[in-house]
Amino acid sequence: MSDHELRVSKIRNGTVIDHVSGGHALNVLSILGIDGSEGLGVSVVMNVPSDRLGRKDVVKVEDRELSQSEVDVISLIAPEATINIIREFEVVQKNRVDRPETVVGLLSCPNRNCITNENEPVETNFTVVDDDVRCTYCSTIIRDSLADHIDPE
Amino acid sequence: MRQDHLISATQLSRADIEAVLDRAAEIDGDPAAWGDAHDRAVLGLCFFEPSTRTKMSFDTAIKRLGGTTTDMGSVDSSSVKKGESLADTVRVVEGYADALVLRHPSEGAAKMAAEFVDVPVINAGDGAGQHPSQTLLDLYTIRENVGLDDLSIGIMGDLKYGRTVHSLAEALTNFDVRQHFISPESLRLPRGVRFDLHQSGAQVREHTELDGVLPDLDVLYVTRIQRERFPDETEYEKVAGEYQIDTGTLEAAKDDLAVMHPLPRVDEIDPGVDTTDHATYFEQAHNGVPVRMALLDYLLSEEGDQ
Repeated sequence: MSDHELRVSKIRNGTVIDHVSGGHALNVLSILGIDGSEGLGVSVVMNVPSDRLGRKDVVKVEDRELSQSEVDVISLIAPEATINIIREFEVVQKNRVDRPETVVGLLSCPNRNCITNENEPVETNFTVVDDDVRCTYCSTIIRDSLADHIDPE
Repeated sequence: MRQDHLISATQLSRADIEAVLDRAAEIDGDPAAWGDAHDRAVLGLCFFEPSTRTKMSFDTAIKRLGGTTTDMGSVDSSSVKKGESLADTVRVVEGYADALVLRHPSEGAAKMAAEFVDVPVINAGDGAGQHPSQTLLDLYTIRENVGLDDLSIGIMGDLKYGRTVHSLAEALTNFDVRQHFISPESLRLPRGVRFDLHQSGAQVREHTELDGVLPDLDVLYVTRIQRERFPDETEYEKVAGEYQIDTGTLEAAKDDLAVMHPLPRVDEIDPGVDTTDHATYFEQAHNGVPVRMALLDYLLSEEGDQ
């Protein structure tokens, strides 16, 4: 996207998550646990043209540099995403997301009979297997639409 | 090696299984010699669902090792009724027992319980998940009857919700066994178990009818198809009837086919089969005691080097 097409202004410091699959920006924020109550400046651009993805979303989070482990979990729904760390309007670091080995406390298990859906002091825990994730408690495999299982809490 | 807990059959190697089965055979040969092997050990029984065979055989097993049990009793008469979490219950019972046997209606309950206590936890059934101690006695029974390598096993009935099936299928991947799964389409093995079997390179085939595969089988493991798994009675009657066996069915089988069943059965094995040489299910149930004695001996052993 050229500068004259920019829909939101550049940020001074923070993190820009680019090349998010179109329509998934809000899921990315949900995964990162950002809902606006933190007081961070957050800009979301959705479904803008992208050479690589056709349509993409962009998420800009001001004044917070997200760690690699924080953003890796984004790879589950946006494997093409790139993470840009911004300081004084300059990109100082650019990374791709990597598949994490486990996803803890983020997804809810779709098996209603799983112990993690009972009133027990336990966090959900999924291992990442190829393109799927698998509940370590009940072995249920989530194969598609992971975003539907993101626990908003 | 030493296992701290027995949660899932997937954690068992061939060496683990053979060690327990060898010990069970040793115990079976001379049970009296083990009468004080675990003198005064206390086994905590936490059964959140009804049980006859599993609970009674664990109870007998620890007593024959010189120990005793402390029993949570039924859910209705315990603090669970007051809303106590499983995590709290097992942490309390841990203080009264040297090991816990847990049956619970939720999948993953035993794994979670094991995260909260230091004493060994044995999964005696977690919903439609796993039932690994049943698997050990199933394997013991198979080994005693037909051996555990180079054989064909048919597993029939409710493969989707049958926890004994899930554990048995996964444990059998340690052996040279051809596994045939026979069920209605709606009760096929769950995705997670199929994934594990595929990953292990197991020889697996799925069938909707028994007829074609029966003559090849050395073992036929029958499980109950439960009425509540079907939306209506007619559909249940139609499906269940196709997976029942009687002496007529078994005419096409090998003479030494072993018919097994984790019990309780309802009508999936006709009582007429009981008096044939095929019937192995009562022997299987009796094996629960020596095998669970062997398992408890392992988990309670202080050597830590087994």
